[in-house]
Amino acid sequence: MTAATTPDRAPLHVTGELLASRRIGAHHHLTVVASGVAERFRPGTFVALSTGEERLARRAFWIHRVKTTGGYGATLELVVEARGAGTSWLVAQPAGTPLQVTGPLGRPFALPTEAVPCLLVGEGYAAAPLFPLAERLRERDCAVSLLVAGSDEAHLLSALEARRSARSVTVVTGDGSVGQRGTVADVVGGVLQRSGAAVVYAAGTPPTLHAVATAAEESGAWSQVALEQPLTCATGLCQGCPVPVVGESGSPRLVRACVEGPVLRGDRVVWDEVVAR
Amino acid sequence: MTLTLEAPVMVAAGCGGTGRELAAYGDLAVLGGFVTRSLTITARPGGPSPRILETPAGLVHAVDLQNPGIDQFLALELPWLVQQQARVFVSIVGRSLGEYAELARRLGRSPGIAGIEVNLAPPDAAGVFDVREPFHAASVVAAVHRDLPRGTPVLAKLRSDVLRVAESARSVLDAGADAVVVGNALPAAMPDGRPAGLSGPATRPLALRCLIEVVAAAPDATVVACGGITTPADVRVALHNGAGAVQVGTALLRDPTTAHRLLAAIGEDGP
Repeated sequence: MTAATTPDRAPLHVTGELLASRRIGAHHHLTVVASGVAERFRPGTFVALSTGEERLARRAFWIHRVKTTGGYGATLELVVEARGAGTSWLVAQPAGTPLQVTGPLGRPFALPTEAVPCLLVGEGYAAAPLFPLAERLRERDCAVSLLVAGSDEAHLLSALEARRSARSVTVVTGDGSVGQRGTVADVVGGVLQRSGAAVVYAAGTPPTLHAVATAAEESGAWSQVALEQPLTCATGLCQGCPVPVVGESGSPRLVRACVEGPVLRGDRVVWDEVVAR
Repeated sequence: MTLTLEAPVMVAAGCGGTGRELAAYGDLAVLGGFVTRSLTITARPGGPSPRILETPAGLVHAVDLQNPGIDQFLALELPWLVQQQARVFVSIVGRSLGEYAELARRLGRSPGIAGIEVNLAPPDAAGVFDVREPFHAASVVAAVHRDLPRGTPVLAKLRSDVLRVAESARSVLDAGADAVVVGNALPAAMPDGRPAGLSGPATRPLALRCLIEVVAAAPDATVVACGGITTPADVRVALHNGAGAVQVGTALLRDPTTAHRLLAAIGEDGP
């Protein structure tokens, strides 16, 4: 069953409202109220927003947190890094701005049925969906290790919060401003070995996810990667976000990042093609 | 024969996914029709990424007709759409007249189809039957028409070419088309030079001119307006200028509830 056909998990399209926008380091943390969307959230799902009248393509954002804000019911927290015209528009909006919100979209992280050790690897703002995932895993008595990475301290997401939600936390930054100097690819093999993880969950850029998937395969762990790429409709309508994968039978095929993803099995993605884009 | 539609708003080809994705936001059965993405005899993998880019008031797209092929569609997608009681119009593209006829034969044997939309001008597709002249369009429609059981409506989707569209419309109607859809995405290019289509509000004034030319040339025909339809006002303008219905495409990518919203808005105050 896909999310779209299960009524209580089906995505909604609603006019929401930006309640607050806070700058933390290089990111903006947006609190958004969008009736019914937060209630349907599962870690790894995302929302699509419209960014002003001129831009026809949607912008997709990971859901970082769902919380109850007095008077508004459940709200969404999104982590946004202003990189292009759409995200720059979004972070410049004052509280009270109406927002067209569609979500929650996509296939979430699959949770293990048994209490197994898990490693969560997040890079930059893309680490956002891993924090609610860590909570769900801890509820299932999984030992959670966390590897968070960023180009520098400003691009590191919630390192403090990370220490609360995980048994062990490894931090790497490109410039060495916090934790070890390096990239996920440099350290993931060692961290994976020390954690004894049976499942690795990762969110970040394609090269990072590729490194995680490779390390997982080498150590015999399952990997689930949340692939981020530009989306147009984000709802499965336009065929604009093809991801080459290898199917059950070993035959190559294309899936849509927004509907069959964003979470995919790391050993199924044809990484050379995805990374080369 | 002219086409009668139950409701004046349809989902345009290539903008409704497989139908399942759109059904999360509204009942497909209430729409005038669900036009599938264009299907070919054999599966097509589609073009490389990036496939879709934003441009002022539009989207440029080079999906290159990615689709699972007609047989996969008939086996895996059509039954579900029929079960939803959607009025399914199957969009088809062939590499030759023979392929168009073969597609028509296979669809003619498939119960539950409301009609066929012949995609005569996919602007981003490589290797398909080249419809340059109105007589090319007519020969495609004739080939499809000949191999369909009587009573299965054929919609001919034309290019929004203001200079030739009236002549093309007359040609396809003479060849047996039951309705004309104007128009397709405009021929465009990606920045790297790949052939592409331009869709969205940027194309709307041009599509409107095409609608007006076709209605003037074929006043008795059913003409479906397509191209940048986004707001209730756009629907009213199209209907006022002679369209029997509209198709919504790009607007669905921004708001998947658009077709249902437009239908509700038109229903409230009448066209």
